[in-house]
Amino acid sequence: MNPAATAIATESRSRYRFLVALLTALLLAMTALSVAVGYADLDLGAAFSDWLAGRASLPALVLVELRLPRALLGALVGFSLGLAGAAMQGLLRNPLAEPGLLGISSAAAFGAVAMFYSGFAGAFLLALPLGGIAGAMLATLLLYALNGRGAGTMALILAGVAINSFAGAMTSLALNLAPNPYAALEIVFWLMGSLADRSMAHIWLVLPLMLLGWALLLSSATALDGLTLGEDTARSLGFDLGWLRARLIGGAALAVGASVAVTGAIGFVGLVVPHLLRPLVGHRPGRLLLVSGLGGAILTLAADIALRLMPIRPELKLGVVTALIGAPFLFSLIQRMRRAA
Amino acid sequence: MQIEARDIAVSLGGKLVLRGIDLSLRAGEMVGLIGPNGAGKTTLLRVLADLLPADAGSLRYDGLTARALGRKTLARRIAFLAQGGTVHWQMRAGAVVALGRLPHRRPFADQNAADHAAIARAMAAADVTGFTERTLDSLSGGERMRVLLARALAVEARMLLADEPLAGLDPLHQLEAMALLRRTAHAGAGVVVVLHDLSLAGRFCDRLVLLDQGRVLADGAPDSVLDDANLARAFGIEVARGAQDGQPYALPWRPIPRKDETAS
Repeated sequence: MNPAATAIATESRSRYRFLVALLTALLLAMTALSVAVGYADLDLGAAFSDWLAGRASLPALVLVELRLPRALLGALVGFSLGLAGAAMQGLLRNPLAEPGLLGISSAAAFGAVAMFYSGFAGAFLLALPLGGIAGAMLATLLLYALNGRGAGTMALILAGVAINSFAGAMTSLALNLAPNPYAALEIVFWLMGSLADRSMAHIWLVLPLMLLGWALLLSSATALDGLTLGEDTARSLGFDLGWLRARLIGGAALAVGASVAVTGAIGFVGLVVPHLLRPLVGHRPGRLLLVSGLGGAILTLAADIALRLMPIRPELKLGVVTALIGAPFLFSLIQRMRRAA
Repeated sequence: MQIEARDIAVSLGGKLVLRGIDLSLRAGEMVGLIGPNGAGKTTLLRVLADLLPADAGSLRYDGLTARALGRKTLARRIAFLAQGGTVHWQMRAGAVVALGRLPHRRPFADQNAADHAAIARAMAAADVTGFTERTLDSLSGGERMRVLLARALAVEARMLLADEPLAGLDPLHQLEAMALLRRTAHAGAGVVVVLHDLSLAGRFCDRLVLLDQGRVLADGAPDSVLDDANLARAFGIEVARGAQDGQPYALPWRPIPRKDETAS
């Protein structure tokens, strides 16, 4: 056997482990920073000791009701978006692919908007997330039915275009028919995407769905590697492509649908993060999954911390900030791809 | 490994692409699949690799159907080298070749010593060991093709089905690739290779299968398959014949004028 090849494989594996450890450490630091940064002056030490002692003091309430949900939700949503982006890019073998592309995000947004419009959102807290998940599920079932008929990658993308324009039109219709200007304004704000004013109840609602989605996506890592050489080669390596597509679409719907449902649309995380990290994992789509989740969480938390530190009030919406970063990034990416072609 | 195809028919987009195909493939034999563009060579190879279901006929692997054998087992027994050499991400050559070991890997397990050894053997055989750390976009088309050939060899399957593995190779590497495939076959694996070069096909293959319009026109020893009548009928060409080192060869020489053209 060839000792050089073994050494190279070992080296690449240890480099990957180092990257995962580094990103995990960064994520923990960002989460801590997100808890520490806020509008009210907060004595973190007092807040934590009050909380652990079970005293419902003001600092403890700020920590548990405001800071902690915001930081945790930022990490969870960012992880979901980064991971789902990497997974969709691997499935469609296109660096421009994103959960938004398949229509999952916009269908989730429409599901939530429908809850606003019908007035359920005001009636009970969980209506909004449930509406978002229902929308994502509906889009997923459509994609899944198409997948079951042996549709290829191109058909999935086109189905995404159809779902996107339909969900967009229905969302506009809901705005148009909104019972009063305040309802319309509320919908518009919500569509912009934000981590502010969410509670631990939101987290408990979406966490199981996200975890299931993550498991489905992460379990597809080796199959995505095989797909690098095309669908025939992947199948000849023993991968069941129908089942792989079902896992990836279902996983993305769960993770992204749950995210959009609680935070609104936060775009471009799934596009930017995998692109930046891809060279660091040797362009291997399987290894890109976990690190993109970690990177997505870091980016989302960093953007959310930055908009709280910026002297603009009312604070910018997170979806606006990620779009401001992401849209120019997308254009430069397309330019570079055109030049390479 | 033995593949038995009986009376295979395939329609794609309403057009009958293959019909009445009977074919027996066995280990230790190098079979060249030749025929004009659109004869159904790629389709037949995909059917044999269980990548495309046949509309009619039966296909047996060592006497079993693909379903009975199981997807994972079939993946370890049959290696498939796709046409065109598409690589969607710019991975390093070493990582690409390592993909050939995926059928042998248990879920979530890392490469073991046997995998490393197989990868090193395959890379040495295809003469790509020096490219291990190079990304695929830094290689020429022919070099990339050899990396993909190494990927298919790394499976160490009992049957290798290769669709135009010579595409983009220079003459030296064409000769070396054919010699490598022949060695692979004579070391005990079955090899089926789609070729366009009739002289290489005639020289290196133990047996040729000539497809024309979705049917097997001829199947047998290269000399008998590459006779004037078959070549005229399938390709519409005349060949120039000669011999070197006691081996006969046939070179495409001129098109045979079509009947409607001679009439006018």
